[in-house]
Amino acid sequence: MSMPYYVSPEQLMQDKAEYAKKGIAKGRSVIAMEYQDGVLFVADNPSTSLFKVSEIYDNIAFSGAGKYSEFEHLRKAGIQHADLKGFMYSREDVTARSLANGYSQTLGTIFSQEMKPFEVEILLAQVGEQPGENEFFRIVFDGTIFHERSFVAIGGRSEALLAALQQGAGDQLLDIKSALKHCVNALKTVSEQDVAPNGLEVALLDRLRPGRKFRRLSQDDFSSLLS
Amino acid sequence: MEWMKSLQSPHVQCSSFFDYLLQTRPELTPAARWGGSLPAPVSAEDVQRGYLASITHGTTVLGIKYDQGVLIAGDRQATEGYQLATRTMEKVFKTDSHSAMAIAGAAGPCIEMAKLFSVELEHYEKIDGVQLSCVGKANRLGQMVKANLPMVMQGLVVIPLFVGFDTKLGQGRIFKYDVTGGRYEETDYHSIGSGGKDAKVTIKERYRRNLPEEDTIRLALQALFSAAEEDVGTGGPDILRRIFPTMKLIDLDGVRDVEEPRVASMCDELARVRARQD
Repeated sequence: MSMPYYVSPEQLMQDKAEYAKKGIAKGRSVIAMEYQDGVLFVADNPSTSLFKVSEIYDNIAFSGAGKYSEFEHLRKAGIQHADLKGFMYSREDVTARSLANGYSQTLGTIFSQEMKPFEVEILLAQVGEQPGENEFFRIVFDGTIFHERSFVAIGGRSEALLAALQQGAGDQLLDIKSALKHCVNALKTVSEQDVAPNGLEVALLDRLRPGRKFRRLSQDDFSSLLS
Repeated sequence: MEWMKSLQSPHVQCSSFFDYLLQTRPELTPAARWGGSLPAPVSAEDVQRGYLASITHGTTVLGIKYDQGVLIAGDRQATEGYQLATRTMEKVFKTDSHSAMAIAGAAGPCIEMAKLFSVELEHYEKIDGVQLSCVGKANRLGQMVKANLPMVMQGLVVIPLFVGFDTKLGQGRIFKYDVTGGRYEETDYHSIGSGGKDAKVTIKERYRRNLPEEDTIRLALQALFSAAEEDVGTGGPDILRRIFPTMKLIDLDGVRDVEEPRVASMCDELARVRARQD
């Protein structure tokens, strides 16, 4: 009879965490940042049809880094949750906080119960009615949840990105042009090669839009903002 | 928690919100009203005896194509039998950026269908990243009308009129439905509801292809006036209380409301013309 060999829970969790971190480190980065009229997303993504940033609800957007199939799965589940809640109750009852809690629970359960943890990091942003009322949530592979202010980065080089974003960040909210430049410069600083506009994905949660606030910027749109 | 379930069962991973509701929260779908079993049909005598008198009903709505797209309009009155239920009901709903629907029939299920249909379109757009095609939306609505058939047996008829701007063809389109979910495209205009026939006759007399926006709005108002004059269920323009029909225009740029002051001034103008005729 073969003996099942013993692995301590600490060791097991550590192995899983390392595995997940390795996967995320390979993922391309995404930045979300407040600007005067809402929230700006800039992602390092050469694809024009597979998006890293997308709409969840009226004033909530989602972004994922890591394994595409896994965060795509979470994105769809988030849309279902939000649409169901908005249908059952009212559109204003759908909040990023409740979604973030849902993601945290889901990722936490998967991390502790499944063989393979999800190799993803998730970013949820909700644009508020006034500047300064925006909310950012970052949820990592084991379900740990961080409530962030002003700006946040996820993906492979997120720590270096955060440091780059911190530099030169003033107290004043930037306009869309300067905010976009600030994000692109941060991306340039952490990557060795130059960041080409066709390698970027840019989206907004624009407070000034009525109803659904999410909007993608085409390459022409943000190239003209950057020039 | 619903989304935990959906993560584990791949068959729920579809683009339809209606299917998602059926699988996860069937009690929230319109079909759940009778717990899945078909009730006995209501007889014609029951209807006559006033079985349905306590249910709010909405009436005349219409759609007309014009040179830039398509217009959709509806009166504001809802009735309960011989009683007036509300003077200010909204029967025209924007369903997404390039489509709208109007409804005739039992008000409760009608509004429920309009709400469910807009969530359905938005859900598809968000999950798949693109909007459904104009015909795709029309077909989906047909399926939802079909799912409503058990309610029709109960006398709760819900008939939508769907209009949209087909960005591929570059023109507005109008679709009508029957209670079985049958979908039929109209080439120029259509009107449904208790005063639908009267409205349609008025449009037929004065319609020309490629009318400008202003003339189309006037034509829609004239049609709604005629319907209100001939049909007790349809509300005319309420000059006293300043309640006027609601309208939306759908063109390449999307759906927009015809502002109330514009409708109001045109209604006043038409009322003056009618007064002179009498």
